[in-house]
Order: sequence, then structure tokens, then C-alpha cells
Amino acid sequence: MAHAYRDDFPLLKSQDVAYLDNAATAQRPQCVLDAVTEFYKSQNANPLRGLYPLSIAATEAYENAREAVRSFLKAKSSREIIFTRNTTESINLVAYSYGLSHVKAGDEVLVSIMEHHSNLLPWQMVCRQTGASLKFMECEMDGTLDLNKVEALITPKTKIVACTHVSNVLGRVNPIRELAALAHRAGAVLVVDGAQSTPHIPVDVQALDADFFAFSGHKVYGPMGIGVLYGREELLNAMPPFLTGGEMIESVARDGAVFAELPHKFEAGTVNAADAVGLHAAIDYVKSIGFTAMHQQEVALTRRAMDAIDEMPHVHVLGSEKPEEHCGIITFTVDGVHPHDISEILASDGVAIRAGHHCAQPLLAYLKHPSTARASLAFYNKESEVERLLDSISTLRERMGYGK
Amino acid sequence: MENRSFYNEILTEHNLHPEFKHDLPDADIVLEGVNPSCGDDIFLKLKLDGDVIADGAFVGDGCAVSQASADIMLGMIVGKKKEDALKMGEIFLKMIQGEASEDEIDSLEEASALRDIAHMPARVKCAVLGWRTLKEALLDGDELS
Repeated sequence: MAHAYRDDFPLLKSQDVAYLDNAATAQRPQCVLDAVTEFYKSQNANPLRGLYPLSIAATEAYENAREAVRSFLKAKSSREIIFTRNTTESINLVAYSYGLSHVKAGDEVLVSIMEHHSNLLPWQMVCRQTGASLKFMECEMDGTLDLNKVEALITPKTKIVACTHVSNVLGRVNPIRELAALAHRAGAVLVVDGAQSTPHIPVDVQALDADFFAFSGHKVYGPMGIGVLYGREELLNAMPPFLTGGEMIESVARDGAVFAELPHKFEAGTVNAADAVGLHAAIDYVKSIGFTAMHQQEVALTRRAMDAIDEMPHVHVLGSEKPEEHCGIITFTVDGVHPHDISEILASDGVAIRAGHHCAQPLLAYLKHPSTARASLAFYNKESEVERLLDSISTLRERMGYGK
Repeated sequence: MENRSFYNEILTEHNLHPEFKHDLPDADIVLEGVNPSCGDDIFLKLKLDGDVIADGAFVGDGCAVSQASADIMLGMIVGKKKEDALKMGEIFLKMIQGEASEDEIDSLEEASALRDIAHMPARVKCAVLGWRTLKEALLDGDELS
């Protein structure tokens, strides 16, 4: 199945590299590159302001992209879809706008230990500035969250619960709907980092009952520099703007301004219309393949890799033992070989993986693996690429001087 | 495979069986060196006898490049004058930056096994961690001793 789609990706055709760092950023299909180029070639004008046909066309293309994202996330209204640069900016928007105006001294913010730094540092900032305290939901060693333990951590003081939908280290899907119920019962809101879930599983923000949901375009085969924040309309309406300036106002006087309606209130400055259009093309592309087909290929490759690694005594995979619970993410360690050396040797064999703490230092410290290697698969990867990965891993210790 | 020559016997041997990776309880100078982006983290320990580095050791964690480089460095500087050790460090840096002459590289003896790092920008900071920490320890560490 990978071969059917592989030709859609120009980089994969031109480079002889087994690209297995998809959780960091995916490759883009030709249709996304074309959509961005086409916008600049035939529709480029500053959207939302000009009264001439070109600007109206640009506005339409931009707003169509917003509608595509709404449908992708199954949100109620496109007014709930804010374009940002990426997941990090989306979560910062929530932290600075909602967090600083709703959290007070003595309150609590609850985050999971599995967070990428982008869903941790904004909450550290909110707690520092408000005098609230930051508490952690710790996972079990296989990455599961025990909801009974979580329930005990949520109190009437809890104002915000922040959790990743899928950990970028473990690849396991977290029980967002259940977390939402627990948070809402205590009067807190739930902020979900969807950066690693959106490329792999269908998302329905209403079914999940998330209050905020963030993701990045570049991980779902779209351009870099375009991201999304979904927010429940009544919450967004009551929030102060994050950034102020052009494009987010109704009117401005010398001493004040009336802010624009949603979603424009949160999109200050000239918007990134071209990359929003690229994201629209990426969403259409993903829909044309379907998550079921993508999931099948990703699980088949993950199973092949995990079965083989199982036979390697010095190699250990973090997280679930079941390949279908990894979203294509295989984080591993090799006894006696530092992850940076793993990555270096794999690179010399033409395999691109990530090494280090994966921007999740507290999780790795908690799991007692300060540094790990991570191969992350996408539906366009081939079995031969997984074989190349496995061949390389199986020679690591010998090449580092441990003998056969 | 290009990397067979990079992870050569000298490097892997110093990584697996480091001679100087141990505590040095009576050290005069102890200085931590860290590469925050990759987690290499060593404590360099030196014992001085006037101007001479009488003994040295390191403890810590990191990739093979950082650990082997620190071990090789200590093998070269123990018993040497501080100023000579600093001079070696300068030549090592020049080598890593691809600017050292063949004679200079030869003068680095075992440390010349790391010369290929000059073509591996992502690993430069691993290779120089020990030497960078040494320079800080010798130049700023006087008042500590």
C-alpha cells in the first residue's frame, strides 16, 4: 500500500533515505506544495481587508481552509478554529489569554508527566505569574493513565487540566473523553495537545468534549508555519486577545479599540493564508486515503519492527507491547550505546531517526531513560525501510566495540 | 561504511574502557560541563601541583564521543603543565574546526582519532566538552583551588 502513495511525495522519490522521523515532521505530498504555489501564483493578496477581487479570492481561500479544519476536527462552528503558527503557539495562546485571566493564587493546574515541553512550559509560566501550583498526573511505566489516580488529583482548586492526546515518546492514545468528564465535574477546562494524534487517528473534538485542542499542520503532511487552535466558542468569546494589532479589530480610537469577532480576534497581523491553503490540501489528501488505510500500514510496519526488536536482547522498546498502541512511534534504547551514537550510526546507514529527550524531559526522567532513540513511521514508509532500520540496529553494539 | 572509520577502535575502546572515568576524592578543582541539548554531562576533576596537573579524572554520562574525548584528553594532560594542556586544547579545537595543520594534528596523538568530527557539525560539541571544561577549570578555577 505504501507504494501506491509514495510517488505523491517528491522528497521520498529524490532522496535515498529511510525517513523515520515522522513524529518530528512529516513529508509533504505534491498536492500540498502545488496548493501553496498556486495561492501565491493566482490568489495572492492580503486577505480579509481588500475590497478588490484578488483580496476577496484570497479571503475565500483562507476561510475555505478554516472550514476544512472545522470539518477535520468535527467542530461545531468555524468560529472556533483559530489559525496559529503551530501547536506551541496555540497552547501559548490559551495559557496567556485563558490561563492568566482565569487562574488565581492558590488554584491548581494539572498536567500529565507525558507532555511535550510545549504543553508544559506555558503552564509553568501561568503558575509562576499567578501563584497557582502545578501538579502532575503520572502514568504507569507502560504509559497508561490510571483514571482513579487522576480523579484523586482533580480538586475544586483545579482550573486547567492539560494533557496530550498521544505522547510523542510512547505513542499511546490517552483517555481524553474520560479526562474531560473528570475536569468538567470539578469546573476545570481541558486543554489537549493533538500534535501527535491528528496524523494518525480521526479526531472529533465534540465527542472528546475537549475545551481546547491544538495541532500543527506540518505533522499532518501540511506546510510548516501553520497550526490550529480549536476552542469552545463561549470560552473564546470571553477570553481577552492574545496578540493585538492589525486584522483583529472592528475599530480603533486614540485610547481604545473594539476587537473583531471570532475567530479574527485571535489572528492579529497578516495571516498565513498560503500555508492555511496548503493545510487544506493536506487535509483533503489525508481524507482521500483515510485513517483506516493509513493505520493498517503503520501498524503492519510497527509490528514488523517490534517483533524483530523483541529478538534482540539488548534493545528495549518503551510503552505498550502491542504495535497497534504506538501510533507508529517506536522509542527504544540499546544497552551500552548512547542514543546520539545510535542516531549517528543509523544516519551513516541512510536511516533518519531522532535521538535525545524528544522535548519531553520530565517524562524521560520519570521513566529513568534520560535519553532515547525514536523511529516514527508514517503510512508512506516501506517494509524495506523498516528492514534497513532493523539491520542497522542489529549491528550497533558490534560497531561500538562490544563484539558479536 | 563511512562511519566504521569514525567510530574507530580508539574511540570505542576509550568509551568502553575509560582509564580516567572514576572519582578523584582529593581533587583541587571540580567543574561540571554540560551539553544541554543532548544531555552530555561530565564532572572534570583535577589535582594540581603548582603549575602541573598532577592527576585528573572525570565522571558523568554522555555519548561515546564525549566520553572517549574526555578520557583521551586526560591521558594527554595528566603530568603536563597547565599552559601546555591549554595549548593542546587550542590545537584540538583547531582540528575540530578543520583548521589544524597535519603536524598539529599529529601532535595530538590519540586525540587525532577524532579528526573526522570536523565534518560532523552536530557532534562538535560532544567532542569538545572535555576540553572546554578543562579550559574553564584552568582559567577560572584558580580561586576555587
